[in-house]
Amino acid sequence: MTLQGWFLILAFTGILLALAKPVGLWLHALYEGRRTPLHVVLGPVERGFYRVAGIDPAAEQGWRRYALHMLLFNVVLMAFTYAVLRLQGVLPGNPQGLPGLSPHLAFNTAISFTTNTNWQSYAGESTMSNLSQMLGLTIHNFLSAATGIALAFALFRGFARREARAIGNFWADVTRVTLYLLLPICVAYTLFLIASGVPQTLAGVVDVRTLEGARQSILLGPIASQEAIKMLGTNGGGFFNANSAHPFENPTALTNMVEMLSIFVIGFGLTWCFGKAVGNTRQGWAILAAMTILFLAGTTVTYWAEASGNPVLHQIGVAGGNMEGKEVRFGIAASALFSVVTTAASCGAVNAMHDSFTALGGMIPLFNIQLGEVVVGGVGAGIYGFLLFAILAVFVAGLMVGRTPEYVGKKIEAREVKLAVLAIAVLPLLILGLTALASVLEPGLAGPLAKGPHGFSEVLYAFTSAVGNNGSAFAGLSANTPFYNGLLGIAMWGGRFFIIVPMLAIAGSLAAKKHTPESAGSFPTTGGLWVGLLVGIILILGGLTFLPSLALGPIADHLGMIRGQLF
Amino acid sequence: MARTATASLFTAELIVPAIAEAFRKLHPRALVRNPVMFVTAVVALLLTVLINVGGDGLTLGFKAQLIVWLWLTVLFGTFAEALAEGRGKAQAASLRATKAELTARRMKGDRVEQVPASALRVGDVVLVTTGDLIPSDGEVIAGVASVNEAAITGESAPVIREAGGDRSAVTAGTRVISDEIRVRVTVNPGQGFLDRMIALVEGAERQKTPNEVALTLLLVGLTVIFLIAVATIPAFASYAGGRIPVAILAALLITLIPTTIAALLSAIGIAGMDRLVRFNVLAKSGRAVEAAGDIDVLLLDKTGTITIGDRQASEFRAVGGTNEAELAEAALLASLADETPEGRSIVSLARERFGVTTTALPAGAEVIPFTAQTRISGVKAGDLLIQKGAVDSILRADAGMGETAAATELRRITDEIARAGGTPLAVARDGRLLGAIFLKDVVKAGIRERFGELRQMGIRTVMITGDNPLTAAAIAAEAGVDDFLAQATPEDKLALIRKEQTGGKLVAMCGDGTNDAPALAQADVGVAMNTGTQAAREAGNMVDLDSDPTKLIEVVGLGKQLLMTRGALTTFSVANDVAKYFAIIPAMFVALYPGLGVLNVMGLATPRSAILSAIIFNALIIPLLVPLALKGVTYRPMAAGPLLARNLAIYGLGGLVAPFIGIKIIDLVVGGLALA
Repeated sequence: MTLQGWFLILAFTGILLALAKPVGLWLHALYEGRRTPLHVVLGPVERGFYRVAGIDPAAEQGWRRYALHMLLFNVVLMAFTYAVLRLQGVLPGNPQGLPGLSPHLAFNTAISFTTNTNWQSYAGESTMSNLSQMLGLTIHNFLSAATGIALAFALFRGFARREARAIGNFWADVTRVTLYLLLPICVAYTLFLIASGVPQTLAGVVDVRTLEGARQSILLGPIASQEAIKMLGTNGGGFFNANSAHPFENPTALTNMVEMLSIFVIGFGLTWCFGKAVGNTRQGWAILAAMTILFLAGTTVTYWAEASGNPVLHQIGVAGGNMEGKEVRFGIAASALFSVVTTAASCGAVNAMHDSFTALGGMIPLFNIQLGEVVVGGVGAGIYGFLLFAILAVFVAGLMVGRTPEYVGKKIEAREVKLAVLAIAVLPLLILGLTALASVLEPGLAGPLAKGPHGFSEVLYAFTSAVGNNGSAFAGLSANTPFYNGLLGIAMWGGRFFIIVPMLAIAGSLAAKKHTPESAGSFPTTGGLWVGLLVGIILILGGLTFLPSLALGPIADHLGMIRGQLF
Repeated sequence: MARTATASLFTAELIVPAIAEAFRKLHPRALVRNPVMFVTAVVALLLTVLINVGGDGLTLGFKAQLIVWLWLTVLFGTFAEALAEGRGKAQAASLRATKAELTARRMKGDRVEQVPASALRVGDVVLVTTGDLIPSDGEVIAGVASVNEAAITGESAPVIREAGGDRSAVTAGTRVISDEIRVRVTVNPGQGFLDRMIALVEGAERQKTPNEVALTLLLVGLTVIFLIAVATIPAFASYAGGRIPVAILAALLITLIPTTIAALLSAIGIAGMDRLVRFNVLAKSGRAVEAAGDIDVLLLDKTGTITIGDRQASEFRAVGGTNEAELAEAALLASLADETPEGRSIVSLARERFGVTTTALPAGAEVIPFTAQTRISGVKAGDLLIQKGAVDSILRADAGMGETAAATELRRITDEIARAGGTPLAVARDGRLLGAIFLKDVVKAGIRERFGELRQMGIRTVMITGDNPLTAAAIAAEAGVDDFLAQATPEDKLALIRKEQTGGKLVAMCGDGTNDAPALAQADVGVAMNTGTQAAREAGNMVDLDSDPTKLIEVVGLGKQLLMTRGALTTFSVANDVAKYFAIIPAMFVALYPGLGVLNVMGLATPRSAILSAIIFNALIIPLLVPLALKGVTYRPMAAGPLLARNLAIYGLGGLVAPFIGIKIIDLVVGGLALA
């Protein structure tokens, strides 16, 4: 570990903490449907959308209607993408003349992008036409992110409102988030990336003669525009298979920093927005503090593990940290940090191959996802997932102050507990259940390239990543098979919507409740004690659920490595 | 009902029947009410049936030991519940005995017939005379009697019950000591106070409270999550090329699911109600006890709660040139025949302060009694007329008196007294104003500190009084309440409760009169005094058998203690799992990957000993925590922040650390006895 590496990590965290409030303020304006400076230009566009679609943005929806419209919207978009991918061969915008996708790959990919997972069972450059990238996939990069933020808004309203039946209007939330948040930032972000050297063109392949005189085909495309929303919307689906390790996606140290920052920035802002929405910004800061502690702890372990390197290689004279699978341009600290950021935030973009990390270095990304993608988490999804854990934490420990539990002024009762448990149980059910299936069935066992615990980690990681809607790949798993595409598709769908529906039900149930004013006797949910409790509950629940699987995967892997056994 | 203040928890008469009852509670229909224990029983049963299925490398003896401990886990849970219920059952038995001997003399027109109490219906009228037990709850419609209510309250001093007014309610099982009353029956058999009390202390009809339901759901959720975690292990192990014996998986599952809190949950609830009963407060539902813990605002009646019931004379303030001794003598004469505590305090003040020695009224003196209309009392002997009463009434009593300079002075003094929290009584002789007696409300000792504690806990206190605002403000300031409602009518009380509730607050109050009933019903916790009317007792969700309004404060404490005990044991139970994992995971997997042996941080002797130790700890912790569950965690009034810090340190950190030590010790014993 180097001073420079630590400086990078701390500067990164510091910049984000400074950005939390300004971004949060902006988000809060959208949450409340207030006018922003951008309304001068985009206001007519927004109203135009509503007019065309026949939507009254002021017509508020109860949680059932909100959920139904959200589901319909996602199902229709998914069907659209499935069609585009299947018909790619006969559609325009296909300079390489690529064929349509197989049914199972199209199924998997359509779900993957709809659910903000962006798991890719394919290599982008050799599978997707420009049209598929821009129309089939990028559209989801925006709308799945906007959906996540809209859902977070709906839950915030549940906490903030008193004796109300409605939790907002889904269409208005999605439109506003897309128009006033994602699009404007992405335009500026894209220009920055182009200026930094990321290609943005509709041309396909450029043939060049290299210095050695060989001919090489270099693939270009509309990369910068997709890159921007890929990071900002915690999507993570790369234009290239190498993702952000590819120089065309992530050319410089500066773009690397900006890309990492853009993964977290909305998530940080949403915590502040939550605090503001419930009338006490310290509530938001407390959540952010818990997230930051978990994030820095994970970063420390991964950075330490990667910097320590592999003792087996040390013995044969290869000194230093673990550089396998890492870009030399970024080095150990920036790769370790990127890996933790991208898994903590349900992004899934990578600038190094997690499969090549040391066992413990790679366990942290895995564990980050298993915790439920709540350490900052995907845009919107992170905070609503976190709030589910907060509800449980309040319920378990809140009784100890001698009152029935309440959180930000809302009593937590049987209904909320039931729904929160239901949502959280989805994680072990799908992650462990599907991994178990793949561990015993023939087509599942055919997937992992490595043997022993490392191979097990590859399978476990794939399902964890899918259920967590992360989308990063440990790599080393041949996933483009009907078995894996199918199961992973189910995992992604369940990991997203099986959590969202109970979460929205909680929002509806909370909105209908009275507000309990805070007093000296109320369970404190702002101070250090609460932050510690949140961290503890998340680690204990996550740890207890997944420890057996981790023991047989990365932990056994690591302990094997110490004894000189590699897998 | 005989009530021993500190009944010992573990006496043979309680434990022996509880053990028998623990086995009876193994009935599936009883067990299924507690899903976590049900799962434990199912697992134990499965292993028992499958004990002979071999091929897992485990000896029969080891498996048998595991099975015994699994069954013990279930039994410890049913035992805890049986023990908690047993304490109430003893009380119920004595109540039942009372109930069995009840007969009634029912009035049919002019005829009186002897019928068993169980034949009485609402609307029947019964005659009860000296020495009789009152056969049913009802209302006195004719007569006055003194009634011994010890059977219900444990208090042997008789109370007066009379027709009309706020003391008309009588309770089945109480005994008329003198006189005769006619009682209209107000409840049908089986629905009376006594029946409710029996059901309550027995815990027979105990419904799960809302918070208990929510907690049970959480425990079921955790059980499902751990079931998934354990059920997937064989598949993972098969990837690693190994097999995990079913018995080991079962042991892991049972140690992980929250058996500790699940086993103690209903015992905690029963014991909480029981504490309330021992405290002579009867809650009509567990929901009310939980609500007590959540109270934000306490409405407290001034008299009897904040001040001692009776006002004391503390000063004589003469006006118009009268000297104080003269005033004192007149006041004494006017009060000699007044047997109220106020009257007696005037007499003793006059004697002590001014040495007035008169001990009897002049011969032929006529006492003017106090009436609600005149609000004046006094004495008349020949030409001498001494009047004593409310300032306004005295001034009005004699046409010219209100206009004098002395009257102006009196009004000033009256204001001063009111501002100081006192009540003035004017004294006049032969139509001449002498001055005023300062009757002081005496604030109870230590009540100010109590309110301070309540404030720390985030509970606001509001004093309710019929006094004028000036007096009320002074007493409020002296007693340290947060707010007061002066010249309060029952409507004002109701409006105040509604207003607080609209702001999301939970309100507790106590009351006794029929006109309190709407407010008692509206309050989240309404404690009716047992001496109160039937209407008040029906409206409230708790009844205080001692009719002591101060107990409202303790009731809040008991509610909080109940919730805290539940929370503390839940946290403890969940935190325990960490150590159990560190015992079982390495033991389970070390054969697959020897490197995992380093996770055996406790240095447990062998994998089998580790597993056995974990399951033994998991079982033994239940009876070890039974006393805590029944007594409740130590409760001290303090703000939520420090309270949470304290309880998290004890039950959270304690829950993390204790099993590491406990399992290690058990492992040493298991090793020493060569059990595994």
